[in-house]
Amino acid sequence: MELTGAQIVVQSLKDEGVDIVFGYPGGAALHIYDALYNQEGVRHILVRHEQGATHAADGYARATGKTGVVLVTSGPGVTNTITGIATAYMDSIPMVILTAQVPTSLIGDDAFQEVDTVGITRPCVKHNFLVRDVKDLALTIKKAFFIASSGRPGPVVVDIPKDVTAETTRYQYPKDVRIRSYAPGRKGHSKQISRAAKLLLSGKRPIIYTGGGIILSGATGVLAAVVEALGYPCTNTLMGLGGLPADHPRFLGMLGMHGTYEANMAMHGCDVMLAVGARFDDRVTGDLKKFSPNAQVIHVDIDPASIGKNVRVEVPIVGDAKVVLEQLLDAITKSKAPRDEESLSRWWAQIDEWRSRDSLGYVNSDEVIKPQFVIQKLHEVTQGEAFVTSDVGQHQMWAAQYYGFGGPRRWINSGGLGTMGFGLPSAIGVQLAYPEATVACVTGEASVMMCIQELSTCKQYDLPIKIVNLNNRYMGMVRQWQEFFYDRRYSHSYMDSLPDFVELATSFGHVGVRVEKPADVEGALREAVAAKENLFFLDFLTDQTENVYPMIAAGAGHNEMELKPSADGSAPAERELA
Amino acid sequence: MRRTLSLLVENEPGALSRIAGLFSARGYNIESLTVAPTEDESLSRMTIVTRGSEEIIEQITKQLNKLIDVVRLLDLTEGRHIERELLLLKVRAQGADREEIKRLVDIFRGRIIDVDEETYTIELTGPGDKLDAFVDALPAAEIYEVVRSGVSGIARGDRALRL
Repeated sequence: MELTGAQIVVQSLKDEGVDIVFGYPGGAALHIYDALYNQEGVRHILVRHEQGATHAADGYARATGKTGVVLVTSGPGVTNTITGIATAYMDSIPMVILTAQVPTSLIGDDAFQEVDTVGITRPCVKHNFLVRDVKDLALTIKKAFFIASSGRPGPVVVDIPKDVTAETTRYQYPKDVRIRSYAPGRKGHSKQISRAAKLLLSGKRPIIYTGGGIILSGATGVLAAVVEALGYPCTNTLMGLGGLPADHPRFLGMLGMHGTYEANMAMHGCDVMLAVGARFDDRVTGDLKKFSPNAQVIHVDIDPASIGKNVRVEVPIVGDAKVVLEQLLDAITKSKAPRDEESLSRWWAQIDEWRSRDSLGYVNSDEVIKPQFVIQKLHEVTQGEAFVTSDVGQHQMWAAQYYGFGGPRRWINSGGLGTMGFGLPSAIGVQLAYPEATVACVTGEASVMMCIQELSTCKQYDLPIKIVNLNNRYMGMVRQWQEFFYDRRYSHSYMDSLPDFVELATSFGHVGVRVEKPADVEGALREAVAAKENLFFLDFLTDQTENVYPMIAAGAGHNEMELKPSADGSAPAERELA
Repeated sequence: MRRTLSLLVENEPGALSRIAGLFSARGYNIESLTVAPTEDESLSRMTIVTRGSEEIIEQITKQLNKLIDVVRLLDLTEGRHIERELLLLKVRAQGADREEIKRLVDIFRGRIIDVDEETYTIELTGPGDKLDAFVDALPAAEIYEVVRSGVSGIARGDRALRL
């Protein structure tokens, strides 16, 4: 079959099983957009800004496990995607970004809308390609999907010059592909598995610490089985929430900077740590010198470079989280090694004592809406089954702390890069993947403004997203740090000249509701969630001074948490900042 | 710790910038880097000399192996190996210096490859410290130009870096 490059792009997507593409047209992409016209199979979602396309594809990928696909034009089309590509890269999200390029004859000439796409994306992609010959096009697209979705997933850019999309060649989509320098393994080394099982079973104060790798590899079932077989406590990173159901009796909550007291104290006091699909990020570990001083660490990760990067590891295991946990479960079940039951029950008694401190407790109010209360009500109203996307800041932490995720792929947030503006467009991707589901975007008035134009996309495709805007008229997390560490000098963290969000939502064709009283929170949420047709923009005017607790200040250890504001309302002691 | 890494990489445009970019993005040290095509035209051979603690070197090799364009990697420093570097040097050679410099070149087993009334152009190969010693032996004020290739390395015996 003889096809043009543009037709090959579209046909390759179909043959790859892609049902949805997020994009924005432009000069260099016109042949490809022409090939998208009047065809069935690939649905194109027109965003309002290329950053929105990348976050939407990212949200789609996080919710479904499939590879998200983006199509943009050259130059500014590409530069606008960089934030979204870097977001996906930091969180290991499979994504293929097809970027149009000026014709090969003009590359390097500073042509109109030309940018060195391969160069500018290189530091934030798993890999990228420039296709110079139409004969290489189908194979390159195949490789891109293979690389993006295998091993440690990540974004892959395919840059396609305009003349390549006009030339013709015989088309055949490759069935499979081999890359001689790339063959990620899945199984853990059997000797390491038995060493790990032995060490695990010898634990007196053990802990299981898991991250986004559990979600990406679909290992939640086997993780629960391992946790139950061992009876050990388990904590999740921000990216790993939903890895173990929040109401599981062995679950200690999230760990790290705003993790629970019990999770962080258990991390600090443990003697054996099983880390799976987590990368010992600085927001998780606090000061590395004070991190888990007595722990022997077993680290399971598909990326060898993640192992031993920040923390000394006793038993490294390279492999897929799901496969390795199955191997470990098998080894644990078969082992006859005696366990120190007495120490383990003392450990649980200690953990229960930490739990009793109720580090997520807060004082509710009848007068002013507490943000934590809104999230708890959201959980209640959606029975904990909503997809929750978020932006970045205080509202993100409150959603992570108080929603209580029952399963994987429900919590969609930018953990690594911390991208404000992620929440609304990523909700678009999730809602398109699951049209019947409740998708809530928990955001703040500062974050939501960063990609607010996507409200228009939501209207065009009738996406009934529920925007939960925790509006405290501050960049809350910035304000919190300024309160604690900059003597309350609130430099540029106040949101002045905000729009009227109700009118703003209405002007985009949606429903806007302002909620000012705690008594109205539940009713507003119920009305919004019940409305299957409309996007609801719920603008909750929340307590301006509320801070996220508990907190580990930068430079402190897990055992040095600030639990609550002190009685006189003063901030935690000043600490040196990282 | 000084380490000499030998790599086989895809002979593709962009492969070099991926490797150089990795070193600059992660703050690793490059002392020298040499690259040229091999007998297999789809592959380039690269020798990188770097410095760092054991943990850093481990990260460098892991991060390099993660690059799709890196096909094979060998830390030459882990075994017996040979390193060579090429030096091209232009020096003022007039009057009595002419004989003196020629003798020095002979001692270091270098070659004078170009001559005019004022200068010698000299070629010398060897391990880096031999080249250092030669440069140090010349009167510094008389040296016009020093061109060094960076280190190329190969393992001794039957250890080989190949597909």
